[in-house]
Amino acid sequence: MERETTNVSRKKRVGILALQGAFAEHALSLQKLGAEAIAVRQPHELKKLDGLIIPGGETTTISYLLMADGFAKLLRELGTKGFPIFGTCAGMILLAKNVSGLNTDTLGVMDIKVERNFFGRQVNSFEIPLRIAVLGEIPYPAVFIRAPVILEAETEVEILAHLPNGISVAARQGNLLVSAFHPELTSDRRFHSYFLDIIARYS
Amino acid sequence: MERTGTWKVKSGLAQMLKGGVIMDVVTPEQARIAEDAGACAVMALERVPADIRADGGVARMADPTVISAMMETVSIPVMAKCRIGHFVEAQVLQALGVDFIDESEVLTPADESHHVWKHDFKVPFVCGCRDLGEALRRISEGAAMIRTKGEAGTGNIVEAVRHMRTVQDGIRRLQSLQKEELAAEAKMLGASLELVTGVHNTGKLPVVNFAAGGVATPADAALMMQLGAEGVFVGSGIFKSSDPPARAKAIVQAVTHYQDPAVLAQVSRALGEAMPGIDIKAIPPEELLATRGW
Repeated sequence: MERETTNVSRKKRVGILALQGAFAEHALSLQKLGAEAIAVRQPHELKKLDGLIIPGGETTTISYLLMADGFAKLLRELGTKGFPIFGTCAGMILLAKNVSGLNTDTLGVMDIKVERNFFGRQVNSFEIPLRIAVLGEIPYPAVFIRAPVILEAETEVEILAHLPNGISVAARQGNLLVSAFHPELTSDRRFHSYFLDIIARYS
Repeated sequence: MERTGTWKVKSGLAQMLKGGVIMDVVTPEQARIAEDAGACAVMALERVPADIRADGGVARMADPTVISAMMETVSIPVMAKCRIGHFVEAQVLQALGVDFIDESEVLTPADESHHVWKHDFKVPFVCGCRDLGEALRRISEGAAMIRTKGEAGTGNIVEAVRHMRTVQDGIRRLQSLQKEELAAEAKMLGASLELVTGVHNTGKLPVVNFAAGGVATPADAALMMQLGAEGVFVGSGIFKSSDPPARAKAIVQAVTHYQDPAVLAQVSRALGEAMPGIDIKAIPPEELLATRGW
């Protein structure tokens, strides 16, 4: 019922950090769900947004551009003040407070410890259907590409998805949502829909 | 339940490289410079195309020692080149664990009739093209990513522009056709009707399309992006210039902010000398790299 309420209200404006990576795919998912998708390449473009997606891409590349373009301070502020942010793969790494295997800075707003390239190189990338309780009964097609995982999480963090071996691969901490896999690479929109629900609650 | 090497996983890595710069490197030190400058991947080589062109002789896959050294140095994806049709070089590269294989016209072709059947590999492939038909033939063989051929090692963007415009022109033409005209067009392009119909319906290639071959400046990179490239390969352009770290960073910025001339003006300042360029017309036809492959 909550989603219907979302749809009749003002169209949500969701930014997608478009410095590098798979931002067009996120835009398509958001548009299909009735939200407006806005590419963000400069810090001033963060104004007047209801939420932000940090897409998959190369962590070191996005990190370099984030720091060079003066995004970091503003995003840290937004993230700690209840602004909804959804990070997928590289986006998850950039939101984490603690990252093993990375020399560059992250935004460090979410109380998780993650490890980059946990599964090894590209030949070890995989897809697998996952049961994710908050998305309902039907398994969700999760695509892992040179993916990170969540090694540890503080008690305020809710783990949303596990691999069959018990490793955590998606989580939420209030306004912050992360997945180690790529919801933008599937036509199943439930994960994006879940993020829009979070936006509805926080805006 | 867990499936590796699927089309989704292979084409998906190419999606993650979009909006990025892939840089040719010949030493671990260069790989480190590329990563620090924001490259989204590196191409591990023994010689950059400008040197391959200058040295002549047969150009082959790099020594596995060189490739492994790069893989140990950087955390970003490492690509490597195999010769056109040399599926055993491709097998070796897959065994080494490279993240992407470039079946490249920059190396001397091993087979003058056939490209590698790329569906057999778990590692994704990128291949060069000059027009839409060539792009779709490579995708049929399993390429998970396409790039223009350009004319590698020249520092001259003219061929990459030609190839990108030709691909885009082919896509626009397909969109303008009636359904019943697609079969004849597929035959003319030498491509499968299924892929031709897909492009007709979507107005784009089914895989990511990068620019390559002759990119030497931030403006060159942004030009290719504005012409429709989804990212850029820079071969000799960085490490044959006078200040590689500065130029590498500037090209990364240019690819992200390709639509913003003010940023392009800012990042194009004080980069030192670009690589020396070559007029394509000064190259004997038999020495052109772009004409390799079919």
